[in-house]
Amino acid sequence: MKSIIKSTVAAAALTVTAGAALAEGQLVIYHWFEYIPQELLDKFAAENDVEIIMDTYDSNEALLAALKAGAMGTYDVAVPGDYMVQIMAGEGLLDTVADGELANKGNIQPQWANPSFDPGRMHSIPYQWGSTSFAVNRDVYAGDINTTSILFDPPAELSGKINMLDSQGEVMAMAALHLGIPQCSSDRDQLKALNDMLQSAKAHWASFNSDTAKEVLVSGDAAVGQIYDGFGAKAREEGAPIEYAFPREGYVVWMDNVVLLKDAPNRANAIKFMDFLLEPENIAAVSNYARYVAGVDGVAPYLDPTLASQPESNPPADAGPGVFIEVCDQQVQEIYDRIWTDLKN
Amino acid sequence: MAGGASTGGSSQSETFAPARYWLLLPSWVTLTILVLAPVSMMMGYSFLTKEFRGGVIWEFSLSAYDQFFFDRGLFGDDPPVLQWTYISIFWRSIWQAGVATLMSLVIGFPTAYFIATRPEKERAIWVFLVTIPYWVNLLIRTVSMKFLLRDQGPLNDLLVGSGLLSEPLTIVNTNFAVQLGLFYSYLPFMVLPIYAAAERYNFALSEAAADLYATRWTVLRRILLPSVKPGIVAGCILVFVPSLGSFLAPDLLGGAKNFMIGSLIEEQFKGNAGNWPFGAAASMILLTLVMVILLISARQQAKGGK
Repeated sequence: MKSIIKSTVAAAALTVTAGAALAEGQLVIYHWFEYIPQELLDKFAAENDVEIIMDTYDSNEALLAALKAGAMGTYDVAVPGDYMVQIMAGEGLLDTVADGELANKGNIQPQWANPSFDPGRMHSIPYQWGSTSFAVNRDVYAGDINTTSILFDPPAELSGKINMLDSQGEVMAMAALHLGIPQCSSDRDQLKALNDMLQSAKAHWASFNSDTAKEVLVSGDAAVGQIYDGFGAKAREEGAPIEYAFPREGYVVWMDNVVLLKDAPNRANAIKFMDFLLEPENIAAVSNYARYVAGVDGVAPYLDPTLASQPESNPPADAGPGVFIEVCDQQVQEIYDRIWTDLKN
Repeated sequence: MAGGASTGGSSQSETFAPARYWLLLPSWVTLTILVLAPVSMMMGYSFLTKEFRGGVIWEFSLSAYDQFFFDRGLFGDDPPVLQWTYISIFWRSIWQAGVATLMSLVIGFPTAYFIATRPEKERAIWVFLVTIPYWVNLLIRTVSMKFLLRDQGPLNDLLVGSGLLSEPLTIVNTNFAVQLGLFYSYLPFMVLPIYAAAERYNFALSEAAADLYATRWTVLRRILLPSVKPGIVAGCILVFVPSLGSFLAPDLLGGAKNFMIGSLIEEQFKGNAGNWPFGAAASMILLTLVMVILLISARQQAKGGK
């Protein structure tokens, strides 16, 4: 969910300051752009008499880079994706939420209560989850789209009209699914095959872009776009004749999580905020705005009715598995970086 | 103006001699904080060991430069050969920036000449008009350009609608789009210095040459161009150097498919790679390259002056 455009506009206009100047305390949030509705922030600010300050980032990697470059101690909470929670915990950037600190911890759906990226939810709570796959313009191509070949070995109608996300994790995970090899494989033949496959697929691609992933589909400049399900839904609602694909080979599933940062200057407010987001009514407001799915029980009554039935959230029966992006070890990550640089050269 | 400063220079500098260092102090402090310190830090970082996922370990290492120049294969254990990846990225950047500079010169020189030959009262208005689009943020201008050029955009609607073309012209996501974007981004930096030089040009010289049977072409080549050359050189440097490090145009207009130096460096700090020493090393190499270009042009200028 990168967006140079939006985050720059956001950087100019954001650093949102809600609540009264005489508020009791502060809460400093580091968040994705265009994700949380302002009314929800206002509600928390009013209920708890705190001033909310929010900065935004446009990728998990940008979040990590900013924190490692000296922003620790500035922010109370951040919203990293699944694999980034694991990385940040490994880097020692996260504080532990002790047992009993979160009154609403029981609201977490059982399937998200003990995820592999944060066993026991020591540092995080679920925020929103969804999938990353791709959407195809049905006016351009009427054939079968539920295969990763659409991206990596497309039919002639779609060649040269494909926009990929400018995100190494998402592209590499999808490529591994296409080849049927494990993510982060250190097997040399598999890595070579991955490299060769991507190099030949590149000839079919028009661009790498996350900022305008939705816009190029709406405008028709791209006939295929790798995209997050919520953005796909928004593009469809904006009139793009697109269908979101659930490839048989599998697709990427992600979950964004609210984490408590180490050295949080307003730790008590951060805990209050996490509890606030575990209340079904509040987290449902985020789902209604961003078109993703919450990881909390009891949200159904508060959800926009179209959300439950939107095709982007309902994989067909023959869809492949949804897989999380895995965290590669240093050796494999360096080879991935190399493949990525060569791909973009 | 320049002559006045150099003739009056010696007596003036004696007037201020006792306080000279104190008076220069603010500019030295500013230069140290804004130029020397960041560049030194970057140089220092480029010789450190990278930390996985960003950051540095405080141990001396040449591996950032090694990575730039030597290729050890995908798995890092082949015998080293010359690394072409980064050299080709640098070469592409130089080429893109060079074409953009040439385009700016071809459009910018006649524009500047046109403005300089207007009556004195009008000139300010023309200069003002040149700068108007640049009140808008560069990012917004680049995105607007993309929307203008895209396959379903106004330009192609016009070309196809008027029957000039049967198929839309694909411009976005090509190298040409990047060159066009850079050209548009930095055009005033070409126009304004040439205008400044052309404005001082004594047009009676052109007339005198014409009286001596010089053709128009000869007047342009032998009289006008040498006189405004400092403006042209300044304009070329001002367009070329920022184009070289640009990353907005290649990312947005070029589809981010072909790295330029700016995007490569950005990736080292913001992307998955997180290789700060390599990003610093690439920046140092870019800086050295630019300095060499500037030195060469300065020497040529000096030669031309004699």
